[in-house]
Amino acid sequence: MIAPYFVVIPLLTAFLIVIFGKKGERISGFVALIAAFTLLVLSLMLFPVIDSEGTIVYEVSGWKIPYTIALVIDYLSAFFVIMISLIAALSIMFSLKYMKKFTVNRGYYALFMLLLAGLYGVAITGDLFNLFVFMEIALIATYALVAFQGEAEHYEAAFKYAIMGAISSTLILFGIGSAYSLTSTLTMMQISSNAATTGGIYLLSAFFLAGFGLKAAMFPLHSWLPDAHPSAPSPVSAMLSGVLIKVLGAYAIIRVFYIVFEPSAIVNEALVVLGTISMIVGAIMAIGQKDIKRMLGFSSVSQMGYILFAIGLATPLGFLAALFHMINHAISKGLLFLDSGVVEENEGTRNMEEMQGLSDSVTRTSTLMGALSIAGIPPFGGFFSKLLIIVAAIASGRLVYGLIGLVVGVMTLGYYLGMLRRTFREKKTGSRLAFSIKVSLVILACLTLATALLMIPALKEGFLDKAVESITNREAYGLLFGAGD
Amino acid sequence: MNLYFLSFALFLVGLYGVLTKRNIVKVIIGAAIMGYAVNLFLIMVAYKSGATYPILLPGQEPQLMVDPLPQALVLTSIVIELGVTAVLVALAVKIHSKYGTLDLRKIRRLKE
Repeated sequence: MIAPYFVVIPLLTAFLIVIFGKKGERISGFVALIAAFTLLVLSLMLFPVIDSEGTIVYEVSGWKIPYTIALVIDYLSAFFVIMISLIAALSIMFSLKYMKKFTVNRGYYALFMLLLAGLYGVAITGDLFNLFVFMEIALIATYALVAFQGEAEHYEAAFKYAIMGAISSTLILFGIGSAYSLTSTLTMMQISSNAATTGGIYLLSAFFLAGFGLKAAMFPLHSWLPDAHPSAPSPVSAMLSGVLIKVLGAYAIIRVFYIVFEPSAIVNEALVVLGTISMIVGAIMAIGQKDIKRMLGFSSVSQMGYILFAIGLATPLGFLAALFHMINHAISKGLLFLDSGVVEENEGTRNMEEMQGLSDSVTRTSTLMGALSIAGIPPFGGFFSKLLIIVAAIASGRLVYGLIGLVVGVMTLGYYLGMLRRTFREKKTGSRLAFSIKVSLVILACLTLATALLMIPALKEGFLDKAVESITNREAYGLLFGAGD
Repeated sequence: MNLYFLSFALFLVGLYGVLTKRNIVKVIIGAAIMGYAVNLFLIMVAYKSGATYPILLPGQEPQLMVDPLPQALVLTSIVIELGVTAVLVALAVKIHSKYGTLDLRKIRRLKE
């Protein structure tokens, strides 16, 4: 019975924030914060609940499974739900003070909650068309949030993002239509148990790969990301780069290509090659950037390349590395975008050449930790996940790709060190940070170190291995079709 | 089968409009045409020649009905397209007021 709350709570909160209108202007942030932390607690309960009761299956409005939309939370969904809740709660905590400068805060929090409802929905739904609907809910909220700051270039970025998003959504809908005419069902578990394959049907694979690939900022379709993500307010950038591209892109790719349909060699190969290219392109483009948030955006393209590459290996170790890198990247990129917001506030510019190093020690330290984690320096979590990706590449015989991953890792370290040097030139007396901003930065900075603990065998078995198990064990997912009570 | 190709051709017409037109409004119309093409495709998936409406009344055979599910999908997808188009048009209005033009070639304030 826990499943529907993940959609109900954010939708209800969005509704309440809007309905209280001007009177609720001041409390809207706190309402959103309470909702986000409730969701965080609920999502942390998911793993124990699945341990004791098995995969959570909820049939919407009481109809039996083939006739209804099912919400299904297996370990993989739970993993992504935890990731969403974590970044969302801290971003909202950061927003409390940061978003004070804008006049219509309630619109911001309502849209943020709508975005959350869409993201949770994508992560927990068991129906292909429902996946599309929740994806559109998240995306429409995102288009508005990208344009939220209201300058000319923000509208331009939002328009570009919205048009590309509309194209990819149409492609996905075309793919869903094809999948329906192929299998006569939209319930994912039923397609999975029918052992349908996309392998021979190149058109279907192409629709889904192009559609979800655009959302994951895969190489030829990545150009919207470095425009859209920096244009949003910093806490939203943290949400977009940290979570949205992973849930709408990587999670959907894993779910559709590896669990719902049988894995096909050609999709694996496409993910490996395109992932590697986005890795390289993102890193090369990031080196020359002067705008700190644009640089972080290109870095996201590069890191998503690592993740898609690891997914494309299609070995259990590859999936483990991909999931582990996703949580590391979510935390460190979320942290870096929040930091960039503070830096922009202090310096009055996003151009790294003009920065004078006015930030305080909390911002300096947390940026350093986030940057080192992404760049893959031990003992941060990012080191272990990047190492795992390279080991997985070598273990499946792709030595050259492993070497490319290593080289791009060095490039990543290079451009992040350049960013640190230019952003924090010399130590000056920094401005003081608000308490809520400081807390969210410190928690995220600690988490960049704490994720390394997930490599300890006991924690790895309890958390990451279970999520990987639900990817590799397709039969268990198909059996859920008959298991609905 | 030819009808499927026609709906795919309509899809490509929309894509062509999105990719080549310079006017924001025409780009939005292109995106809308892509949506219509997919809706037509979904309706065609459900279509059976000689079948009747899918309401289970006494004396009606389920085999002689069209598939109702894609029709429900099309209704949902029309609503979603309405929302997306509304957002796109709102952005276009804002862009026009900020840049004073709807020509995409002149709307280039983002850095390369």
